Amino acid sequence: MAEVVLSGLTKRFGATTAVSDISMTIPDGAFVVLLGPTGAGKTTTLRLIAGLETPDKGNISIGGQDVVSASPAQRNVAMVFQQYSLYPHLTVRENLAFPLKSPLINAPEDEIERRIGEVAKVLQIAHKLDNKATALSGGEMQRVSIGRALVRKPHIYLMDEPLSSLDAKLRADLRVELKRIQADLGATLLYVTHDQIEAMTMATHIGVLDKGKLVQFGSPREIYENPSSIYVATRLGQPRINTLPASLFSNAPAGAELIGLRPEHIRQGEGRDATVTRVEHLGDQTRLHLSLDGHPLVTLTDAHTPLATGDTVAVRPENPLYFDADGARIVQGA
Amino acid sequence: MAEIVIRNLRKEFGAFVAVQESSFTVADGEFFMLLGPSGCGKTTTLRMIAGLELPTSGQILLDGKDVAQMRASARDIAFVFQMFALYPHMNVRRNISYPLVSQGMGRRDVRRKVDEVAGILGIESILDRPVGGLSSGDRQRVALGRAIVREPKAFLMDEPLGALDAEFRERMAEELRALHDRMGATTVYVTHDQLEAMQMGDKIVVMNHGVVEQWGTPQEIYDRPATMFVANFIGSPPMNFLRFEATLEPGATSVRLSGVDIPIPRLETGVSGRELVLGVRPEHVSLGSDGAYRGEVIATEYLGTTQIVTLKTPNGTLRVRAPSGQPARVGETMSLDFNTATLSIFDAGSGQAMKVDRAAVRAAMKERSHG
Repeated sequence: MAEVVLSGLTKRFGATTAVSDISMTIPDGAFVVLLGPTGAGKTTTLRLIAGLETPDKGNISIGGQDVVSASPAQRNVAMVFQQYSLYPHLTVRENLAFPLKSPLINAPEDEIERRIGEVAKVLQIAHKLDNKATALSGGEMQRVSIGRALVRKPHIYLMDEPLSSLDAKLRADLRVELKRIQADLGATLLYVTHDQIEAMTMATHIGVLDKGKLVQFGSPREIYENPSSIYVATRLGQPRINTLPASLFSNAPAGAELIGLRPEHIRQGEGRDATVTRVEHLGDQTRLHLSLDGHPLVTLTDAHTPLATGDTVAVRPENPLYFDADGARIVQGA
Repeated sequence: MAEIVIRNLRKEFGAFVAVQESSFTVADGEFFMLLGPSGCGKTTTLRMIAGLELPTSGQILLDGKDVAQMRASARDIAFVFQMFALYPHMNVRRNISYPLVSQGMGRRDVRRKVDEVAGILGIESILDRPVGGLSSGDRQRVALGRAIVREPKAFLMDEPLGALDAEFRERMAEELRALHDRMGATTVYVTHDQLEAMQMGDKIVVMNHGVVEQWGTPQEIYDRPATMFVANFIGSPPMNFLRFEATLEPGATSVRLSGVDIPIPRLETGVSGRELVLGVRPEHVSLGSDGAYRGEVIATEYLGTTQIVTLKTPNGTLRVRAPSGQPARVGETMSLDFNTATLSIFDAGSGQAMKVDRAAVRAAMKERSHG
């Protein structure tokens, strides 16, 4: 496994700048998640590292080697795509063995058998090894395509939303599995997603992308607790952070236009009166929808709350986040 | 609008039984979720309601009339597919008009109806645009418009949000639910996403291997799962299962796990020498230091507002949802305090929940909310 360094990476498609001056270090053994909505430049960044796209500007080094002019095969990366791509005429076993039989790797038979066995067990497809790839369900096919990357020992695994086409339940299982596999192998992994749960639970580092730019890079805890902008603050947290005019409450620092309130920033039972508009039971959390001076506000409450629509509850901000008119964070006392 | 009653519905494909003797009722105006993993029979059930598959046996009563063996076109039901199929060469207005024009409605009436539907969906400004250049959200709205404009008795939706990205899916889910609240149309909605089901549904049917495991409100299904399958399928992380063996008298109010008595809601029936499972939701455990039932912390996962703490106990692994500010270090032994009123007991062999005294549970919950 290896460290991957991007410096000043830029990629344009016609008039659109898909990736704009991205510099980022993916440490050896890290699980880095690129998070952002559709069109933020996540997949393009991944494809630039894989060698499937050529940058207009900037450098990529893998394990200390400059690879911008290297072919995808020379870079020794393994990529998992969002849409599985298997050889339909081959069995699951043959599909998994394929990368190991390439002239570049050419692993011995017993080694191939051993690795396939390991990977099949981890991905819970051991009982399907002799099935034709086309006889699998969508979820199984996607697991095989993840498996085809895992049988190799590349410098870095590149994964482009590999779980998005799976069942919610299977996705939850594989999140835990992928994290475990990565930690066990000490693998370097760059993972693209728009799913904040995947980012929060798997990443050692999250890179938040906005319109081709890397706007913040840090641990999930840093990104959640210390976002650099309102955009970053809205990427993580369920329910989403509430943003209200800072003038609604006293004590806003100079220049603050917006106050950002996560559920844990809202103290109930004191402060300003808000009206309950809805109590939403989601099982593991119960959301309290409030209206404060006509502004909607969502926070959490006890599942067996006596509060009902039309009731009044007082709320007060506690250690909230403040942002200026451009959405940049204002750190109090700084 | 309509009530849909499903009675002993069964569907075989050759030797494979896709749906087994399923029964449930969708009340008039309800937003009803069919929930389960891939291959559980939920889509087949929906397709039978639509008339796209004919049941092997059983009844489908639409407003009291058995339509089980009727053609789809005779049922007055609108189906919204996972991939929104629009006519690419027509603009938005013509796409939405199409079902009415093909029914032979007059031009002025069509225009009035389409304007009305566009108002409901908030897409008045794009009526004259070609569908080719639309965002996926607008395409979804147009597809819905085409279903709504017919004023069918019921809407059937097969994972209409499945293809969308997470952020957008949440927004569309809210929009769909708000639309339902404005129109009050009976809707049957298939999903494999338990959170989507909890968030949008008035009622949920949970299916597994072609069998209806449970049917009720989201809160009932979450708080009182009828089977271990439901307990495990709903909730993220799912309900924890602590395994033990016991003989319990009817009326028992505690169970003994590894030498520690744990209070439970009062049992209505007894069992002798059975393998049992204590079911406890991750958010219904508090971590402390003084209690008698203990576990060792083996992992913590940070989730922002909360964290998931995984502990090893003598009866199995337990995941606890705790405030992220609560200290919990890997390797540390902590005590576990269970919220009695919320506990479930299952028979490990059958997977069925044992009956407990609900009145006592409610009283306990009331006491808790006052305390």
